[in-house]
Amino acid sequence: MKNEYLFELKDFHVWVGEKEILKGLNLRIKQGSVHVIFGPNGSGKTTLLNAVMGFSGYRVTGQILFHGKDITRLPVNERARLGIGISFQRPPAIHGVKLRHLIATSAKTNGRLLDEYARKLNLVDFLERDVNVGFSGGEIKRAELLQLLLQDPDLIFLDEPESGVDLENIALIGEYTNHLLGKKLRPQEDKTMKELRREVSKSGLLITHTGHILNYVNADVGHILMGGRIACEANPQEMLNTLQECGFQECYRCFRKEEDHVKR
Amino acid sequence: MSNDKKTLADDLDLSGYREDAPEHAEIEDLSRLSPEDQQVLLMTGIDPTGKERYGSFFQKDHTVVHCRTDFEGAEIMSVTAARKKYDGLKEYWGKLVPADKDVYTRRAEEHMEHGYYIRSLPGAQVRYPLQACLYLTEDKLAQDVHNIVIAEEASNLNIITGCATAPHVRSGLHVGVSEFYVKKGATLSFTMIHNWAEDMAVRPRSAVILEEGATYISNYICLVPARDLQMYPTAILKGKGSVATFHTVLLARPGSLMDVGSRVILQAAECRAEIISRAVSTGGKIIARGYISGEYPGVKAHLECKGLLLSKKGNIHAIPELEGKTLDLDMSHEAAVGKIAQEEIEYLMARGLSEQEATSLIIKGFLSLDIVGLPENLQKELQQMIDQTDTDAM
Repeated sequence: MKNEYLFELKDFHVWVGEKEILKGLNLRIKQGSVHVIFGPNGSGKTTLLNAVMGFSGYRVTGQILFHGKDITRLPVNERARLGIGISFQRPPAIHGVKLRHLIATSAKTNGRLLDEYARKLNLVDFLERDVNVGFSGGEIKRAELLQLLLQDPDLIFLDEPESGVDLENIALIGEYTNHLLGKKLRPQEDKTMKELRREVSKSGLLITHTGHILNYVNADVGHILMGGRIACEANPQEMLNTLQECGFQECYRCFRKEEDHVKR
Repeated sequence: MSNDKKTLADDLDLSGYREDAPEHAEIEDLSRLSPEDQQVLLMTGIDPTGKERYGSFFQKDHTVVHCRTDFEGAEIMSVTAARKKYDGLKEYWGKLVPADKDVYTRRAEEHMEHGYYIRSLPGAQVRYPLQACLYLTEDKLAQDVHNIVIAEEASNLNIITGCATAPHVRSGLHVGVSEFYVKKGATLSFTMIHNWAEDMAVRPRSAVILEEGATYISNYICLVPARDLQMYPTAILKGKGSVATFHTVLLARPGSLMDVGSRVILQAAECRAEIISRAVSTGGKIIARGYISGEYPGVKAHLECKGLLLSKKGNIHAIPELEGKTLDLDMSHEAAVGKIAQEEIEYLMARGLSEQEATSLIIKGFLSLDIVGLPENLQKELQQMIDQTDTDAM
């Protein structure tokens, strides 16, 4: 039984000021599994990730378990050190700190691998630039991926990895998001299957408004976040198809019917 | 300039300082200094091995104990020797910083014990810096120096000056008059690093004059406490197309007062200037001044003061000033005093850095300026100095 779930949220409530944004979420992610949360704008998707990371400005009740350990009150860096990583939707710019220096200071692995991944993500020149200063949308997301690849966490939060990214970049971002999640198993000339299967034990929680990233990233379980609650546990591709056909309106209908059930 | 007396307080009590210091023996090689002294020098930009330096000048208290250069394109010697050799340096002496300017320039004139003279010959390309160090080893000593720097026509001169106190010294007074002449088409990079004892009072008085097509790049760095530091160097852009840049990096800890600015007077066509300062207070007071005067149509200048205030006991007062005296000027300034954004700290913490590590990295980033036109090695050395600054103690 121990560690059957890598990550668990139990009756997770989050307030911003007086306003309750998340109203008792329950979520369980198995080792090796990638979950997607769909939700309309303002449904609290980013709040969920930020609060789970332990960022300031949120009041939290309930429990966050990681590897069975209660991390609800740990500082941000200790959560990161335990093996949780996050790709920010809109990370801040850090003036005067070179991307290479930040990675050298923070990442688990380094050296040759850093330059290799930087080359693959077209970020070689960016290593000598200030973190996120003057980066375009796609450059920001690739830089986030690069940092995560070297941080090598067991659980990865991805906040709208496709937002602000042009079509050219999205395939590359999708490819390396898969790689990061250990989901890329298509044979490739320059990589062995062993390398590709690098870490199938990786788990992920991906947040998306458009769902576009699912054309590139393989996810296992989909959820809807709406009205501060999580609903559904279904095949993410099917959910996306329904959403693309009917919009979130369909979820509202479903929600209203199941209101009592959701409240439990 | 004339407004000095109004803006800068002359409130130091000068009676507690000694004028006399023992004579020191000559030092053949700076790497023979004690390891403690060498460590101080390294943190002041002075390389005791002289590697990657074209020449060195070392004044200990009132004695010039070491002076040499193997490079034929430049002269480096005590200003006293230079005045003997060049008929009192009449063309230069006191021409930019008049002896009667204020109480400190008068002091320097009366009590002057050497200082350095550095001159690059016409057309010389000084690839590695020349280094000059003014070192105080006696407690409560007053060190008064007068420096003259001349970059002759079309030469490229690069100087690092380190002013420091020996580890056991607690207090003292340092007064330095410096006059810089950057001639037609010459470039002078002047990097000054201060590494003082906590109880030092420091009064540099400097001015620079630029001829046609000349470039002056000044970098001033003070990351250690100084009880009372006050300086406001002036660059006069007299020649067409001359360019001046001032970069200042200050870190004031509790008990420090740093009143530091840069002043540029643009007097000819196509002149440009930039003044950039970064100030961090962890409890000390910083007055970050800047003044730009546009006196010829078409000149361009920008002034930027940014401050990070990290303690409620600290105080940062940014005073950027622009004065337009003719039509068709392009002058601007921006000033900001604030705190470290929590979002930035948490971003770094999400990568596994502790709050203290994140804060320290952000402060060091804030202080590190990418200085255009500075030799790469020197840029690296300065970065190292900032990286090694002990921000944990804050």
